[in-house]
Amino acid sequence: MPETPGKRVGLLVTCLVDLVRPAIGFAAVKLLEDAGCTVEVPRQSCCGQPAFNSGDRATARELAEQVIATFEPYDYVVVPSGSCGGQVRVHYPELFHGDPNWHPRAQRFAAKTYELISFLTDVLGVTKVAARFAGTATYHDSCSSLRELGVRAQPRRLLTGVEGLTLTELPDADVCCGFGGTFCVKYPDISNAIVSKKADAVAATGADTLLAGDLGCLMNIAGKLQRLDRRVAVRHVAEVLAGMADGPAIGEPERAHEAAT
Amino acid sequence: MTLTSPAFKDNARAALADTQLQRALSKGLGFVERRRLAAERLPEFDALRDAARDIKSHTLAHLDLYLEAYEARLAAAGGQLHYAVTADEARAVVLDICRKASARTVTKGKTMIAEEIALNDFLEANGIQPVETDLGEYLIQIRHEMPSHIIAPAIHLNKDQVEADFRRVHTHLPRDRNLAEPAALLAEARGVLRERFLAADVGITGANFLIAETGTSIIVTNEGNGDLTQTLPKVHIVLATIEKLVPTLEDVSTLLRVLARSATGQDMSVYTTLSTGPRRPDDPDGPSEYHVVILDNGRSSMLGGEFAEMLRCIRCGACMNYCPVFNAIGGHAYGWVYPGPMGAVLTPALVGVDKAGNLPNASMFCGRCEEVCPVRIPLPRMMRSWREREFERHLSPATVRGGLRFWAFFAKRPALYGFATALASRVLWLFGRSAGRFRRLPFAGGWTRHRDFPAPQGATFQAQWRRRQR
Repeated sequence: MPETPGKRVGLLVTCLVDLVRPAIGFAAVKLLEDAGCTVEVPRQSCCGQPAFNSGDRATARELAEQVIATFEPYDYVVVPSGSCGGQVRVHYPELFHGDPNWHPRAQRFAAKTYELISFLTDVLGVTKVAARFAGTATYHDSCSSLRELGVRAQPRRLLTGVEGLTLTELPDADVCCGFGGTFCVKYPDISNAIVSKKADAVAATGADTLLAGDLGCLMNIAGKLQRLDRRVAVRHVAEVLAGMADGPAIGEPERAHEAAT
Repeated sequence: MTLTSPAFKDNARAALADTQLQRALSKGLGFVERRRLAAERLPEFDALRDAARDIKSHTLAHLDLYLEAYEARLAAAGGQLHYAVTADEARAVVLDICRKASARTVTKGKTMIAEEIALNDFLEANGIQPVETDLGEYLIQIRHEMPSHIIAPAIHLNKDQVEADFRRVHTHLPRDRNLAEPAALLAEARGVLRERFLAADVGITGANFLIAETGTSIIVTNEGNGDLTQTLPKVHIVLATIEKLVPTLEDVSTLLRVLARSATGQDMSVYTTLSTGPRRPDDPDGPSEYHVVILDNGRSSMLGGEFAEMLRCIRCGACMNYCPVFNAIGGHAYGWVYPGPMGAVLTPALVGVDKAGNLPNASMFCGRCEEVCPVRIPLPRMMRSWREREFERHLSPATVRGGLRFWAFFAKRPALYGFATALASRVLWLFGRSAGRFRRLPFAGGWTRHRDFPAPQGATFQAQWRRRQR
């Protein structure tokens, strides 16, 4: 049973979206507002995942406390990323394990935090968005969305309802793109081998646009496709669902985009 | 066994540049697809995985009890048990048994424990010829290599390499023989090994399970070589480790239902061989001596700790089959006996995280390994625990620690962070907006060596948002 909209949502925009592609943040805001939510963006930095995955538990904890304190007042916390969403939903409680004050607090916080697409569909009951997109798109599942948060059918269902969009399946869509946060710079050669395979698979679908729900994966795959001179536009799925996919795709210059359209 | 895990990065680079290896890896053995189909065919597969996990966890929680029970049953069946705390002790026990049997040739079924204690080199140095009888193990033995996969040790090789090796080693066979077909290679290996089976004085096998209820050891194979290894010679040595214990035959049947399905996608391995003690008076064949060496080698110190769940592992190899990193670089790059995600957790426990620290770091935490593990070992979580140990002991590289400290200084101060990122995005936008991306970027060489980096879109989201709200 979908809950009544009109909820106050705190947008955890993620550090990557904040810095590299604000368009995703605005697309998320539009989708949430269209679904009847009031969106607020408190001052924020990062969920702490880089520290957590590097073994620096103390820093990870400190940043988690900061995020919880900042976003606790909202009815829901929504994140346009499976990886940061997984960090909060799955790993925050783990991080405070055994702490009688923080653990229950982290659990309550985790329970009201959602990845964007999962929130729209699973919580708000959105089944169709009013967006148009002319083209063929393929979809890559980010590992955290898929395996930590169970997001698989939801984005595909919404995309199928976008007018003019043809969705074609990406073979091995569930195989990691090789980003892995700091992994891609700590082991650049291995990461490159993995993302090369992914870029080949994307290009082989013949789709003109690649979509996913995590900017990390998107930057990685877009960067590889561009280095290989493959002409596939790469966007966050929220941009298409919000009908805001008319700007330049990830890594594309504004001019070239204007010339093309 | 030479440990090259500290050179993991160089190993990986070499592996990526090795065209023969990349050819072999790109072909693979189809394990992923076969496992998927096997799991689909069995509706209760996930429930069986839960049961398998519980059996192993229960056994580990009461290991002392089951070891005692096993020891008593084994003795009753006429078998001899040897505990070995270290690899040295295990090697000495095996050598002693071989010497008492005046052994010159020892046949071996596939055993990862023998790899772990580098038994072949040791036996050879002591004048005893070990002969691997599993085809894959035989191939890597004649190439003087380590296994590159725990169930498919020669998965890194192509057929033409095998042909070249056979021509190099089997010099007693006609030079002009035709080895073009895989069947011809197989027949040749079979012929060569058949002579060795008959000549062997001692047969050494591993154990997939040791059953406390009956004192039985079990091996599963697809080639039948294990049976010949353990029934033909007069002495049979089983090499096992403490975590192979399972309470009952009933429990083993549950574990067998997930083992082969997870490994190769078979419902069952072709041969499941149970042995309990030496040949009895009315047995038609079998060894006259039956020894079981149970090695610890650091495992008991894992019990009850952060890495205890690793001891549930039944060595199916599913985690590596599904691992994108393993599929990119193969098993040798990991630099020791156990590759892939299970190796990334087990190797630091057995050889020290100071030497094997790269292994748990070289993971994207994509979670595919945990998703397919038949005994549900939380492999990514334990890799993260190793990273934490490394960080606590200041073993992680100074660049990583410095970078983290620099980043955390800002991340912990959101206002300052907002100011710094606003500046950074502005600068990157100014330099990058005409191309939309960077082909090279200072301090980001690891990224831009292989891919472009998108230029930010101007002001940060938060800056734009606040401007809007005013």
